[in-house]
Amino acid sequence: MNILTLFVIVPVLTVFFIGFSKTMERIRLVAAIGMGIQLLLAAYLVFAYLGERSAGNMAEMLFTYDALWFPSLNIHYAVGVDGISVAMIALTAVVVFAGIFASWEVNFLSKEFFISLILLATGVFGFFISLDLFTMFLFYEIAVIPMYLLIGIWGSGPKEYSAMKLTLMLMGGSALLTVGLLGIYFFSAPEGQPLTWNLLEIAKNTIPVEMQRFLFPFTFIGFGILGALFPFHTWSPDGHASAPTAVSMLHAGVLMKLGGYGAFRVAIFLMPDAAQEQAWIFLLLTATSVLYGAFGAIFQKDLKYINAYSSVSHCGLVLFAILMMNQTAFNGAILQMISHGLMTALFFALIGMIYGRTHTRMINEMGGLMKVIPFLSVVYVIAGLASLGLPGLSGFVAEMTIFIGSFQHQDTFHRVLTIMATASIVVTAVYILRVVGILLLGPVKDDHYLHLKDATWFERLSTITLVVAIAGIGIAPLWLSDMINISLQPIITKLGMATSTFVSIF
Amino acid sequence: MNINDFLIMRHELVLVIITLLLLIIDLAMKPSQKKHIIPVAVVFFIIHTVIGYLPAFSGTLFGGMYQSNALIVMMKNVINTGVLIILLQSYGWLIKPENKEKMSEFFVILLSTLIGMYFMISAGDFLMFYLGLETASIPLAALAAYTHHRTKSAEAGVKFILSSALSSGILLFGLSLIYGTTGSIYFSDVTFSITDSPLQVLALLLFVSGMAFKISLVPFHLWTADVYEGAPTSVTSYFSVISKGSASFVFMLILFKVFYPVMHVWTEVLYTLSITTMVVGNLFALRQKNMKRFLAFSSIAQAGFILLGIMAGSKIGMTSVIYFVLTYIFSNLGAFGVVIAIENATGKLSMDSYDGLYKTNPKLSLLMMLAMFSLAGIPPVAGFFGKFFLFTSAASAGYYWLVLIAVLNATVSLYYYLLVVKAMFINKNDNPIPTFNSDWVTRTGLVLSALGIFVVGFWSQIYEWITFISVGIF
Repeated sequence: MNILTLFVIVPVLTVFFIGFSKTMERIRLVAAIGMGIQLLLAAYLVFAYLGERSAGNMAEMLFTYDALWFPSLNIHYAVGVDGISVAMIALTAVVVFAGIFASWEVNFLSKEFFISLILLATGVFGFFISLDLFTMFLFYEIAVIPMYLLIGIWGSGPKEYSAMKLTLMLMGGSALLTVGLLGIYFFSAPEGQPLTWNLLEIAKNTIPVEMQRFLFPFTFIGFGILGALFPFHTWSPDGHASAPTAVSMLHAGVLMKLGGYGAFRVAIFLMPDAAQEQAWIFLLLTATSVLYGAFGAIFQKDLKYINAYSSVSHCGLVLFAILMMNQTAFNGAILQMISHGLMTALFFALIGMIYGRTHTRMINEMGGLMKVIPFLSVVYVIAGLASLGLPGLSGFVAEMTIFIGSFQHQDTFHRVLTIMATASIVVTAVYILRVVGILLLGPVKDDHYLHLKDATWFERLSTITLVVAIAGIGIAPLWLSDMINISLQPIITKLGMATSTFVSIF
Repeated sequence: MNINDFLIMRHELVLVIITLLLLIIDLAMKPSQKKHIIPVAVVFFIIHTVIGYLPAFSGTLFGGMYQSNALIVMMKNVINTGVLIILLQSYGWLIKPENKEKMSEFFVILLSTLIGMYFMISAGDFLMFYLGLETASIPLAALAAYTHHRTKSAEAGVKFILSSALSSGILLFGLSLIYGTTGSIYFSDVTFSITDSPLQVLALLLFVSGMAFKISLVPFHLWTADVYEGAPTSVTSYFSVISKGSASFVFMLILFKVFYPVMHVWTEVLYTLSITTMVVGNLFALRQKNMKRFLAFSSIAQAGFILLGIMAGSKIGMTSVIYFVLTYIFSNLGAFGVVIAIENATGKLSMDSYDGLYKTNPKLSLLMMLAMFSLAGIPPVAGFFGKFFLFTSAASAGYYWLVLIAVLNATVSLYYYLLVVKAMFINKNDNPIPTFNSDWVTRTGLVLSALGIFVVGFWSQIYEWITFISVGIF
């Protein structure tokens, strides 16, 4: 069996076995084993991929498998990975694994919780392995819909409102996407040739420029909504704040990456002409996302809202880099997706653990936590430092690459926007250090906090997994960025074939 | 007639025989044994359904008035499957003492309407079409008023017969104009004389309006909600699934076969109708608190989606319409099956009473959730494939803006479908509907619809088979 198909089959089997498990202990054990296998598979995939590449296999996609599904509509089940998707799959496996342990003590309807969580993961894995736009879209929607139940049932605060808002906005995004994908399909081949949904086949053909102009906004905004594109980001703070810990982790860590990945793989790759022409609009929007998210985070008092706004800012940076459309910026965008995925998952995990102890998420009600729960506090500081881009951690690598790539453009428009986006680093430092100061340092605000227990073994496992990944990328980023770089070649070539040039407004 | 002719119309013949047999058996039964008519009828219908799946013969009879081919047989089989599920699901309701006096009537009347639909689907000329349509409609009014001791049910019957008579009148006016301008009622002859002369366009418009009543497209939908609410729930599900499905199929067939020379006219009409139907259906569905009215308006909105496939006018359009009807049958029957089961057990029909259902009746809630997702078009269940392929067919004809309106409407519809899911899974309730077990017949019906919701989507051979037998204008 194809190794990539296993990434869908293992979660489905896990769900199946969870369905037959009775007690909470058994359920979470099955979930942990299933996702553990998934993590090992992902590790194996990374090594297998690197092995193939070093053996000189220079095919655009590796481990491909293609089966005809709906012949009359040319729908295939087609899978394959390049360096970018391998990196995303590895990220997903790590975050899901950590997420299972972060929700180790969900005892209300735990069977349903783990089933929904793993179904969500199935959708994400399926999305990243798909080469066929139809199956990609199918998995995309499978990933989005369990969110409704996960937030609605196990969430906190105004959970019903947030769940509905999130689901409807994301489904609105996929509505736009439907139009975009159908348009791409019907112009996927020259007149008279059989049409195709296959990404690589479509890329060999050039979609007529006037169709690109029509379809690009649909596709880009459709994916962009999931990537928290301003002004469609409003689902994100509410959704993340109401979601239970593991769901916030998965959602901010992985699901939002579907947006960036899709915008990159589908919108930019297949419609480079329109991308060049319309980039200025979206660059303005994403630069707004970056700054707005960062400033928004400063004014929040709820830990989850702070992190949700910071996610808007960081995911905005991903889309921003994608729109810069050169190799370095692309590389930075992918690195940023992975880096943000890991550190935001870590943040949400920690927030969940702190909330589980103090029963509040308001920063001004807490203080001096470093004294009582040193392990969690130290990890929180590490996550914070990664978020503000300290060298040696993953955030620095990603943001540096993005800004260098962006600044390679010679014109004023790009440079002004890059400088504005760079300013967000300073703002990030403000809100991160402010939280660290209030939350962790200083006197202990409440006597009850003195009796808090530090992290349990499963919490340690969950956080250490993520910390190791963050530090690993920060210390040795080259193998990852090399892996991504090779796979960027086809996209750069395709961009080079575009006849339109960048349209600037000044 | 030779034996082959009998085989060509075997659906109709078998069904007529079953209907008559049921009447006779009912006469021969003692009053105390009357309830045994239900298993007899269901078994007969299962046999009939199975016979329907035997290899098909195509041909025409009665000088072209009646025709049959693989496509028509396929549609009849689809309808049969739906009716079978409805019969199974209504067992729990029929067996109640209040229906003791008139059990066999339920089957006889229901099967008569089905015969009408068969003839309507197989029609080769406008006379047979009209006869079939009337045979299908008039007994339906009797069915709607089946529990006539309830005012609402009686009202539903009257409302349906009146609006049905009006729409038949409009339809008939259109048909007579067609006969007047072309000199023929045979589909194959009429086609050659159809042009966009004003009189014939008027005839087309009248025909479309008449059919719009039957499929309940906005603005011809006003009877729908009241009739759906008043009729017994099993009958409502028959209305919304079987009646609507077969009428849309015939509508498409006649537009494709007879009116294709004036395609540019009817696509414009359908463009407007589909937008109004989707938007109005959705807006009204948002506010419904009664499950039957809610499903009524949601089914109006669904009819708007069907028009997208019809407008494509191509082979892929016809395929996707039939396929969508198939997925719609299973998903809507899943939803109605749960509503029927709960109504039988508790008599509750309002959406509020579904609060906290998952705690007490997890299986029913899961089926309802699947049905809602399928109706909303969420993968991996069948409805997603049905809707997506409808959009594909509309996009293949270049209607991108219409597709956009349709998908945005699908998102709006997701809101109210999620309200049901929210009620069952999220809302708290101090006295939820108590745990109950339906009888095994009803359960079989529910399981069949659940299977359909799962299998029809993934199993691409079904779609391919429909593609194989479908025809398009070009």
